Amino acid sequence: MERVIVAMQDPDMGVKMRNQRLLITVIPHAMTGNDVIEWLIQKYNITEEEARHLGGLLVQYGYIYPLRDPRSLLLRSDDSPYRFQTPYFWTSSRWPASELDYAIYLAKKNIRKQGELVDYEKENYSILHKRINHTWDFVVMQAREQLRASKQRRKADRIVLECQEQAYWLINKPCPGAFDVLDLGPERCNVLSSRVALIEHSRRALGRNRVKSSICLESFMKYSEQYLHHDPIMSGCLPSNPWISDDTAHWTINTDMVGTPTRLRVERWSFSFMELLNDSMGRREFMIYLEKEFSAENLCFWVACEDLRHGESSKIILKVEEVYKNFLAPGAARWVNIDSKTMERTLEGIKRPHRFIMDDAQMHIYFLMKKDSYPRYLKSELYKNMLAKAIVPQETKKSVFPFMRRQRHSSPSPAMVTQATEDDGKAKGAGPTGTSSTTNSQI
Amino acid sequence: DFLHICKQCFILWLREKQFSLFFCEVQPNETLTNLKAESDTLKTKLEDERAKLHDVELHQVAEKVDGLGQFIMKTRRTLKGHGNKVLCMDWCKDKRRIVSSSQDGKVIVWDAFTTNKEHAVTMPCTWVMACAYAPSGCAVACGGLDNKCSVYPLSLDKNENLAAKKKSVAMHTNYLSACSFTNSDMQILTSSGDGTCALWDVESGQLLQSFHGHTADVLCLDLAPSETGNTFVSGGCDKKANVWDMRSGQCIQSFETHESDINSVRYYPSGDAFASGSDDATCRLYDLRADREVAIYSKESIIFGASSVDFSLSGRLLFGGYNDYTINVWDVLKGTRVSILFGHENRVSTLRLSPDGTAFCTGSWDHTLRIWA
Repeated sequence: MERVIVAMQDPDMGVKMRNQRLLITVIPHAMTGNDVIEWLIQKYNITEEEARHLGGLLVQYGYIYPLRDPRSLLLRSDDSPYRFQTPYFWTSSRWPASELDYAIYLAKKNIRKQGELVDYEKENYSILHKRINHTWDFVVMQAREQLRASKQRRKADRIVLECQEQAYWLINKPCPGAFDVLDLGPERCNVLSSRVALIEHSRRALGRNRVKSSICLESFMKYSEQYLHHDPIMSGCLPSNPWISDDTAHWTINTDMVGTPTRLRVERWSFSFMELLNDSMGRREFMIYLEKEFSAENLCFWVACEDLRHGESSKIILKVEEVYKNFLAPGAARWVNIDSKTMERTLEGIKRPHRFIMDDAQMHIYFLMKKDSYPRYLKSELYKNMLAKAIVPQETKKSVFPFMRRQRHSSPSPAMVTQATEDDGKAKGAGPTGTSSTTNSQI
Repeated sequence: DFLHICKQCFILWLREKQFSLFFCEVQPNETLTNLKAESDTLKTKLEDERAKLHDVELHQVAEKVDGLGQFIMKTRRTLKGHGNKVLCMDWCKDKRRIVSSSQDGKVIVWDAFTTNKEHAVTMPCTWVMACAYAPSGCAVACGGLDNKCSVYPLSLDKNENLAAKKKSVAMHTNYLSACSFTNSDMQILTSSGDGTCALWDVESGQLLQSFHGHTADVLCLDLAPSETGNTFVSGGCDKKANVWDMRSGQCIQSFETHESDINSVRYYPSGDAFASGSDDATCRLYDLRADREVAIYSKESIIFGASSVDFSLSGRLLFGGYNDYTINVWDVLKGTRVSILFGHENRVSTLRLSPDGTAFCTGSWDHTLRIWA
């Protein structure tokens, strides 16, 4: 903020300043609200709306204060006069707003003009009077001294100093309920640093492999382009964006277990193996394909490993045993073909089972599917048929009566639905922990 | 000098004693000045190595891409109900429900589509700075000045007191700044004002892994959408963004180019990069394979910190919520600002894209949440 303020006060490029008339007194080095906004628009190449917003913040934070109607900290885009606050009173200087100073300020106001204090100020005044009563003589004496000194100034200077001080206190002791700019949230403290760890880390970082920028950055272009039509904010969504049209059709046609998926959804499965697996329908389709190829055990193994990695700690040993029995033991029903080295390492590790013990094996199978089965799936009849019969929803025509809002329907909460299936499921032995992303079957 | 060094190591040891054993490897005759010189030299060397492979800027590569036209996004829903500053929010996987938390200790679950409140919990502490929705949609996690992260199962029985079923999962030695479930309801990742991140088992409350490396409060974290699902990034008051391996607890990459606290970090959808928002009024993009910062999103007229960032689904747009109450929309590739959104009447403290990318939600110190589309 200070950078902006300093730029504004630049004698050559800053805001046009002139003498402003306040009632019958002429105040030097002032500017109009309009001048401020114009300057911001010019300097930062922004719209009037943004300039008014930014200028408004400068006033709220006390860097510029209004001469007319000083209690209203707003930037008016007319010829209302404003002045720059003196750096002594800048919010950022965090000059501790001590009780004593505040008491002196209120006392001055009280003495100068009876009834000039407003309600919350009167309240603060009497609270202070009680709290620092022992120094009250000092407060009153200081107030009188300062008032006497200011009477000896020129009227214009006196008004300026009074306005500066008032603006400062309006920010530091705001009216209760009003916006408090000094509210910064909980304090953030700093912890000691450790040079030893830093050196360790830098050494390791020097050894890492890096890729040329031109290659990395190219991938961002490609990704954005590929997903452009799938990005509802960029390209809209069919039949309409539920948040805009109040019609939930877009969600209904994209549920996990919908009969016929949309074309965009099926297309997305071809973007990457992860996209296919992350979509429960895609995963189901892929499983069907693998079953035809007699390699479904790979996907089952991967799912079981995911369940192990993300499941409850208490079930780890049990799950590892299950995985071993079903997939790794010689003669297992769904034996997976892992290279001998990985198999050896995994079998050794099973003796001391932990959450990540299957990671190597899981990764091996994952990349096997990714390199082999996945590309073949995309070329298969199964996938091509899926793509062919996928629907492309019609765009909903905008309502003829735009002001007639559709009724917004509720949907069953995932908590309730899963509870119900859980109750059923408990009898069948199924559980809420999941394969795939979730057990959502709502909407 | 010897005493000074040992005091540093000793204090680090005390901190780490809670979680792991620390071996002091500093030789008695290494002076502090030597250490400083060595770390500075290594830092310069690292910067040089990174610069060697930087053969082109992002906006140069992006020249061939079409520019974006006018962007019209409006507030489509306003959620009123919090009695104080909204500090955090998260989406449910059902694409329409959200959980939000505020300064007065209230955590509310809403159906943002209908704007109905579905659940409300009052935490025993104020400044609930972190909240997260469980992947199953059956629970929420939250925490703040109580230094803990607690999980509340969501019950639909109106008579049931949600607070009674609360489960305390994480325990830090300073405020909880962020939390996130990993791929399931069973594990939670947290970051804290005590300078660490940690991975917890929900069922037992056991600490599974802790992450040390930040030298000040950690303010934010985000899980990587990678194939192997093993990393996350965190940002802190030490101006650093660190990438961690969840298995080993090691910091595998670190970026320090911001000039102030990093309030928010979010992965690019492909997982190859992440964006950060900071009190230095800029947002930046860091590429993980190039191992460097590749873009800065800033404007001279933006002088307030960015509190929270998120990408649009395709990664082309970056939405930033700022402390000057606005949302700036950036063209990630070209580096220009596409739009500025007004509406909130106080700081935007949290911003997240909905799971299907149809909208994003912001929470603000003006006590409201808004859905934009």
